[in-house]
Amino acid sequence: MKTRMFFAGSGGQGILLMGQLIAKAAMYEGKEVTFMPSYGPEMRGGTANCTVIVSDSTINCPLINEADVLIVMNQPSLIKFEGMVAAGGKVIINTSLIEARPGRDDIECVEVDANGKAVELGNEKTANMIMLGAIVASTGVVGFDSIDHVLQTVFTGDKARFLPLNEKAVRVYA
Amino acid sequence: MEKILMKGNEAFAEAAMRGGAGYYFGYPITPQNEIPEYMSHELEKTGGAFIQAESELAAVNMAYGAAAAGGRAFISSSSPGLALMQEGISFMCSVEVPVVILNVSRGGPGVGGIQPGQADYMQATRGGGNGDYHVPVYAPSTIQEAIDMICSAYDVADRYRNPVMVLADGMMGQMMEPVVLPPARKASTYEEIRRDKPWSLTGKGDREERNVLKSLRLQPDVLEEHVMHLFEKYDRMEKELVKYETFGNMDSEIIFVAFGTMSRLVAESIEILAERGISAGMIRPITLWPFPVKPFEELSPSTKVVISAELSMGQLIADVKASVNGRVPVRLINRVGGIVPSSIEIADRAQKHLEELA
Repeated sequence: MKTRMFFAGSGGQGILLMGQLIAKAAMYEGKEVTFMPSYGPEMRGGTANCTVIVSDSTINCPLINEADVLIVMNQPSLIKFEGMVAAGGKVIINTSLIEARPGRDDIECVEVDANGKAVELGNEKTANMIMLGAIVASTGVVGFDSIDHVLQTVFTGDKARFLPLNEKAVRVYA
Repeated sequence: MEKILMKGNEAFAEAAMRGGAGYYFGYPITPQNEIPEYMSHELEKTGGAFIQAESELAAVNMAYGAAAAGGRAFISSSSPGLALMQEGISFMCSVEVPVVILNVSRGGPGVGGIQPGQADYMQATRGGGNGDYHVPVYAPSTIQEAIDMICSAYDVADRYRNPVMVLADGMMGQMMEPVVLPPARKASTYEEIRRDKPWSLTGKGDREERNVLKSLRLQPDVLEEHVMHLFEKYDRMEKELVKYETFGNMDSEIIFVAFGTMSRLVAESIEILAERGISAGMIRPITLWPFPVKPFEELSPSTKVVISAELSMGQLIADVKASVNGRVPVRLINRVGGIVPSSIEIADRAQKHLEELA
């Protein structure tokens, strides 16, 4: 079993963090994993994307030709990357910022009101964590328990006070 | 041992520290900036010293100085920065000073771009500076392999009293993979350095003569003798250091040759070709210098084409052609400018090469 995931949005939306948390949770479950970010002269508001592969066996190539799951946090990303989803694959879209819908009928579309729910939760910055929960709920690529474990290892020290809010955000779409 | 998810550059830096690097001299350049950043807050905790140099030329010469005094020094940069360090590397080879050098390479020539490249192959394997010299060059393909190589590079450097290079690329520097870190080595004490590196500049102390390390030899016969001495050492390296691995079916019609990042893409291309009913294998040089000639001498009679897959206009292919020695046609599959071909593109082009030769 191999799941090829591609995360896309704009810099500052927490795209790379989402990918890293999935990768860490998969590693915690004993799976093979690679995380490959796009890199360049990027900044807040620019484009950000990353590839995560989760597999039961050795991963040769950290780059992908097509994605089983595409996660898009803004509209330009949907338009740009919709074509890379494998037939029968899944696209998870942030409907708060995306009016368009995929123009293909051979892929499943999962709608997530990430920014909307984040505002309801009291902090719009948790939009990526709400999306993270929706990814876990709709794909099962990792378990919620593993995500909880990873959050506890990430939000430590000065950041420990943000743990309860993020744990709550991840559970919105559970 | 606990697995942790680490970014390539941070893992390279951590590996250097655990391998015993007590001194790091850096100057920023993408795509390896996380290395000086990591060293700036981590190296001091181990009792080591981090200095941000004013240039790559300064960094390499600081490492030269630290290593001359018996310290374990680490320097890293990316392609244009490595070009600036070549003078120092030539000097360190001449003076026989062990330093570990990492190139997280990118596309060139000139300042080029910041995406991955392998066009420093010739510079790394032929010696990019002046004079006759060699530097063992290791090419990792996974972050874990890079960690193990950087740690053991210190042993190789010390054993031969010679700089050792690890040639990675931007993709490896930026990606994250689960890794297991080796235990940290204890830094050598002053007494241990005097004992293990009797040539080092640690002060005359109770020695009869002071140590002198120098590159200048004005008398031609003295210089010739020194170069001959260096090449006896390089001959030993050629016998003792060669490392490679093979992947897939080595009795195939197609045999790829690729290192580092490209070898990972080729491994997937081999799977794609298998789905099309075409069998392929790969020789992955782990040391680029000394180059592994043996697997080419052992090529199967079934092999119809050897394909050098690389992120350059054809540099690795020179060693491949020399090793194949005309027995089988050799072809190139490449992309440059920082573009990494897809595994499908590599498979398509390999299939075309095979068909053209049929």
